[in-house]
Amino acid sequence: MTEPAITPELIAKHGIKPDEYARILDIIGREPNFTELGIFSAMWNEHCSYKSSKKWLRTLPTTGPQVICGPGENAGVVDIGDGQAVIFKMESHNHPSYIEPHQGAATGVGGILRDVFTMGARPIAAMNALSFGLPSHPKTAYLVKGVVEGVGGYGNAFGVPTVGGEVRFHKSYNGNCLVNAFAAGLADADKIFYSVASGVGMPVVYLGAKTGRDGVGGATMASAEFDDTIEEKRPTVQVGDPFTEKRLLEACLELMASGAVISIQDMGAAGLTCSAVEMGDKGGLGIKLQLADVPQRETNMTAYEMMLSESQERMLMVLKPELEDVARAIFAKWDLDFAIVGETIPEDRFLILHGNDIKADLPLSKLSSTAPEYDRPWVETPAAAPLGDIPAITPLDALRALISSPSYAHKAWVWEQYDSQVGADTVITPGLPAGVVRVHGTKKALAFTSDVTPRYVKANPFEGGKQAVAEAYRNLTAMGATPLATTDNLNFGNPEKPEIMGQLVGAIKGIGAAVAALDMPIVSGNVSLYNETDGSGILPTPTIGAVGILPTLDHLIHGAPKSGDLAVLIGPTGSHLGQSALLAEAFGMDSGDAPPVDLAAEKRHGDFIRAQARVLRCCSDLSDGGLALTAFEMAEAAGLGVALETGDIAALFGEDQARYLVAIDPKTLHGLKSAGHSAGVPVTVVGRFGGDTVALGDQSAPLKDLSQTYRTAFATALGL
Amino acid sequence: MKAAVITFPGSNCDRDLATAFDQAGFQVTRIWHKDTDLPHGVDVVGVPGGFSFGDYLRCGAIAAQSPIAPAIKAHAAAGGFVLGICNGFQVLTEMGLLPGALMRNAGLKFACKQVTLRVETTDSAYTAEYGRGQDIQIPIAHHDGNYTIDAEGLARLQGEDRIAFTYEQNPNGSMADIAGVLSANRRVLGMMPHPERACEPVHGGTDGAGMFRSLMGGMALA
Repeated sequence: MTEPAITPELIAKHGIKPDEYARILDIIGREPNFTELGIFSAMWNEHCSYKSSKKWLRTLPTTGPQVICGPGENAGVVDIGDGQAVIFKMESHNHPSYIEPHQGAATGVGGILRDVFTMGARPIAAMNALSFGLPSHPKTAYLVKGVVEGVGGYGNAFGVPTVGGEVRFHKSYNGNCLVNAFAAGLADADKIFYSVASGVGMPVVYLGAKTGRDGVGGATMASAEFDDTIEEKRPTVQVGDPFTEKRLLEACLELMASGAVISIQDMGAAGLTCSAVEMGDKGGLGIKLQLADVPQRETNMTAYEMMLSESQERMLMVLKPELEDVARAIFAKWDLDFAIVGETIPEDRFLILHGNDIKADLPLSKLSSTAPEYDRPWVETPAAAPLGDIPAITPLDALRALISSPSYAHKAWVWEQYDSQVGADTVITPGLPAGVVRVHGTKKALAFTSDVTPRYVKANPFEGGKQAVAEAYRNLTAMGATPLATTDNLNFGNPEKPEIMGQLVGAIKGIGAAVAALDMPIVSGNVSLYNETDGSGILPTPTIGAVGILPTLDHLIHGAPKSGDLAVLIGPTGSHLGQSALLAEAFGMDSGDAPPVDLAAEKRHGDFIRAQARVLRCCSDLSDGGLALTAFEMAEAAGLGVALETGDIAALFGEDQARYLVAIDPKTLHGLKSAGHSAGVPVTVVGRFGGDTVALGDQSAPLKDLSQTYRTAFATALGL
Repeated sequence: MKAAVITFPGSNCDRDLATAFDQAGFQVTRIWHKDTDLPHGVDVVGVPGGFSFGDYLRCGAIAAQSPIAPAIKAHAAAGGFVLGICNGFQVLTEMGLLPGALMRNAGLKFACKQVTLRVETTDSAYTAEYGRGQDIQIPIAHHDGNYTIDAEGLARLQGEDRIAFTYEQNPNGSMADIAGVLSANRRVLGMMPHPERACEPVHGGTDGAGMFRSLMGGMALA
């Protein structure tokens, strides 16, 4: 078959800019052929190369005594004591999910699970952070339904409990939903597998499912803006098979235990190309592949297609040759493909043969290490104008505006479609500040949360970036956990626009400041740029996934308020309504600045909560919707009423940071107050749980009416 | 007492079931679906939850044709105990060890939540420790738990007191709110809810542990 000639149009179609093409010519000293152009495009697109964000990602704190391996591998590795490690990462699958919600979301889950078990970890928890357009937008209900089914369909069958996540709605996601999937796994700290190849002449082995034409060019698609031709891109979305993934997990873990693996890498974005280059590059080796030996699902596949296919549930491994028989037997047991498709070579060369033809012959190290890197122009986001007067509203109308919005309504419609308990180690299922999963066979547990408030990031990227981390810190703290480390999934618009680049830079600076102050370094992450449709960008959405540890389950703060318990605010009284959920939901306003985050106060208040865990019957952080929404949620979950003394809108709905609401037995108030006094932490009684009404100041409404609204609003708003 | 837990490709509650048996005092062996024999002297075979063979074709249909299937059937025919949970229940109906079929949930969605079950009979080794009519809290997690059987079959189940558990609030459209059924000799139990996820305080409830304890005690008498 003749391959297309290299023309400026073909180059542009591969997302390669003229200056980048000049660089290719300079590196190889000749015109690339079609397959080579495809390989460069796969390696140099934004998704794989981080070319716009790398300069700023480098500034993030990524180390600490708890960190075993930071960013750069498939996932981050963090010490949890007793020779064990938690391995986790969050990654976006935004564009595919918008084009084909079920498969896009499913393969997003599949990809992140592979990132975790490639390193030798058995996945023990998953979360997903979803951002959709307005419920009234014609596509939203379809996307929500498809994405939730896709996430559940994959995770449930694979057998990982989904224990947390977020779902939000905002018009900026109308043409570009976000699907951020998180997975965490457990491994022995001395049995982690990395992607560094070593040894010359070692067999390169292809594992898992067969290669088809699905997903060819997917990573390049994920690095471009959308326009009205997106329906044509449907064939670039991969199709997931959780059954194969589950077998691949079990086979890989058996293989790793056999000692046969030198290095291993999952085939994710840009499939065979990216995984082979990464292993070779990290090991300072070349790689030779014979494509005729690649297990193929379709006939007459070209080198170009095989190198760029994103067929799912595949791995590439460098094998200890003496253990080949052992490895083959394991894959035969699980009925998975196992094929030697190449070998490591001493020279810096990525040599692709298809039968007797040389299809690509490139300097391997240049494909990854010397990928383009940009210092894109950026402008600081201008300071937000101070919030002026806001329209009048009664406290109960304000509460109703929030609980009838699908962003703040009860989300059981979503999480009941996820198996949250498979593994029989789930301690806290979705719906509380953080999910908690016991470390199997121990008394330890890990807590998981995912957070960001995109409205804040848009108004003030630096404070918004800090806030995302601070909220994650608080959610872990509210369950009694000590935060350990963080993964960041940075979703932004087109970085070639200086104001968008300014959002990214500001958010990264804020995240960096917060993870340093709160000692929860970034150990892995993912950047998703070009989240724009027809030139209009999403709210900047740097999702923070965070993991905390409970040294024993005795540290867990988990219970329900009892009738007569006091509602006690830890932290200052609310005052900040700028960029609040109330403004957005009640008035459709996005005015004012984001709330400032005092990181020292976050730390102090968080330490206080953990120290007082034994007297706290129940604890939740305050975030969107402030004191009123949190108090309502806590009471409603317990089937109790609550009376808050204040009727002041700012005190009830202000979103000041570093705050928690706790329920305590009145007998313990004195002790809590004096501890607060010594620690410099404000402790204020704000109300009482009990009865069957919700009272805000002098207004009250029956709990059962509000509860009805809260529990049905999600499905009602979406017509589901 | 000896338990054997089968693992099919795609099983994902096999470890959880083995743990529950182990905590109840059973000596547990794990069996791969390509094996053709059960260990000598096995008292109960556990067929776990999950998505055997991806639930492709029809839930449980391919697993029912596994190399190990004849040994499970022979064990049941000889009066041995067989417990199928969730996907395991589907497998047992496909094997013909239990009547009826599990169809897609009436709501067409996967459903994972805590449900209240009513213990309908205490006349089985699995349920002897409970009280008849007792409410127990056990989680469900399935997409195809809508129990369906012809009118004659249903009348027979009812007449022979073979409905082990019913749902207080039907989550999936099951006929007669059925959550679990027994074989004619009362030794094979299939149920959609997951008792192995309700065995320890950290699970949020321990109502499921009674079933494994009951089985341990009941088999000692059998």
